[in-house]
Amino acid sequence: MKLKIALFGLLTAAIAIPALAQKAPEAPGGKYAKEAEQMFRSSFRTDNPKYWMSRLDQDDTMKTCGTYRDNPPRKVGEQIEKANRTTIRYPVDGKLIGDWKEGEKLAAVGTGGHIGFIQPDPAGRVRGGNCYACHELAKKELAYGTIGPSLHNFSKLRGTSDDIIKYAYDKIYNSNAFSACTNMPRFGLLNWLTPEQITHIVAFLVDPESPVNKD
Amino acid sequence: MIQRFIRTLVGMAVATAVIGSVSAQDSKVADELAKYREALADGNPADLLEVKGEGLWAEKRGPKNASLEQCDLGLGPGKLDGAYAQLPKYFKDTNKVMDVESRLVHCMVSLQGFKQEEVTKQWFSRPGKESDIEALVTFIGAKSNGKPINVPATHPEEAKMAKMGEYIFYRRSGPQDFSCSICHGQEGKRIRLQELGNLTTKDGAGFAMKTWPSYRVSQGAVWTMQRRLIDCMRQARWPEPNYLADSIIALETYLQKTATGTVMETPGIKR
Repeated sequence: MKLKIALFGLLTAAIAIPALAQKAPEAPGGKYAKEAEQMFRSSFRTDNPKYWMSRLDQDDTMKTCGTYRDNPPRKVGEQIEKANRTTIRYPVDGKLIGDWKEGEKLAAVGTGGHIGFIQPDPAGRVRGGNCYACHELAKKELAYGTIGPSLHNFSKLRGTSDDIIKYAYDKIYNSNAFSACTNMPRFGLLNWLTPEQITHIVAFLVDPESPVNKD
Repeated sequence: MIQRFIRTLVGMAVATAVIGSVSAQDSKVADELAKYREALADGNPADLLEVKGEGLWAEKRGPKNASLEQCDLGLGPGKLDGAYAQLPKYFKDTNKVMDVESRLVHCMVSLQGFKQEEVTKQWFSRPGKESDIEALVTFIGAKSNGKPINVPATHPEEAKMAKMGEYIFYRRSGPQDFSCSICHGQEGKRIRLQELGNLTTKDGAGFAMKTWPSYRVSQGAVWTMQRRLIDCMRQARWPEPNYLADSIIALETYLQKTATGTVMETPGIKR
């Protein structure tokens, strides 16, 4: 009996040690993570409006992504993607393609949503998708970022099937449904863009008449 | 002083001409920006602030009618050469890890008798409203020009602060899922045309940290590191942390630790 236990222990160790060797890097903050969270939270004025402070709240996706430095093991990534897939909501009329001209405008706008006392956005400032901050889209816009992949010729390369249209919509609505901990915001889930606005950006990507696919 | 001012004016005129000719093509933009920085390097408007800071440092001010010349920024009272480059660090007298700004304010309170609220009211300048802190930090920073950044964070409190800064660096929240790492955690990326440094590496953090405080052309003002980081949080669509908040000092400690060994080139000049 004792021998069995000893063997079991040895076997466990043999399996566990290589697993430990491959362990992901330490979570940011190490043993001070909890204290760091408290310190961060207490860094703000106590008379800040509640909705400002709510922007410091983290959902499970944010927390888990931070812990893994945005590079979670595949198993964890799959869980994050699965949970995020269930969040996607569609426009009431079910139409996923809007007006590409509206989408073109939204793709260029990088303002909106700044709060605080120093340099907040004026009330009613349009929130854009700011797609150009990270993606190449229409050829004529040269001031594009490279954090995300080029989306130039989006539907020329991928076609305009229902699947592609739905993919584009879903990806913008909740990027983490496809790649956990991506740098891309979850525009729909976090109410940055409305479902209708997302359909305009989908049109900007997919419509054959859109400058994304024209030049 | 007047000579410096003329140099600055000439530098700004050249810069304006260069900005005017900036092409939208990527590599060209980078080249032009480099040229533009070069043109400005000889006439950085921050030079004016540095001179002002030098005056403020030596001037007897405040309820105690004292200068800041006995202020200990970590190398001993009045020792300024290289002081900026070794901050933030742990100070025994306050039992705190302090950055250059929190230490400076500490000196203004303890040596000159100012009230902290009073002295930090204008912690950054606005058009028509100058900031003593900006001027003093520019002066103190310039005294580290040519010195390597040296924040090994070997004291347990410093090591802890660096770790807490790392935690904040990767922490995601807000309506855009942002963290510092989203834009500053990888190599060779751009936001629009702005090149982004990878602040998790020595090269990236060094390139970023060595030029602060820095004159920002787009803002028409010198920005301190506190100002820089608090504005990053604004851009992440979070509320602004308080001036001198520990979370900002933690981020600074993390970044300076990562940048350690990089030679300072300050005051800098940036977009």
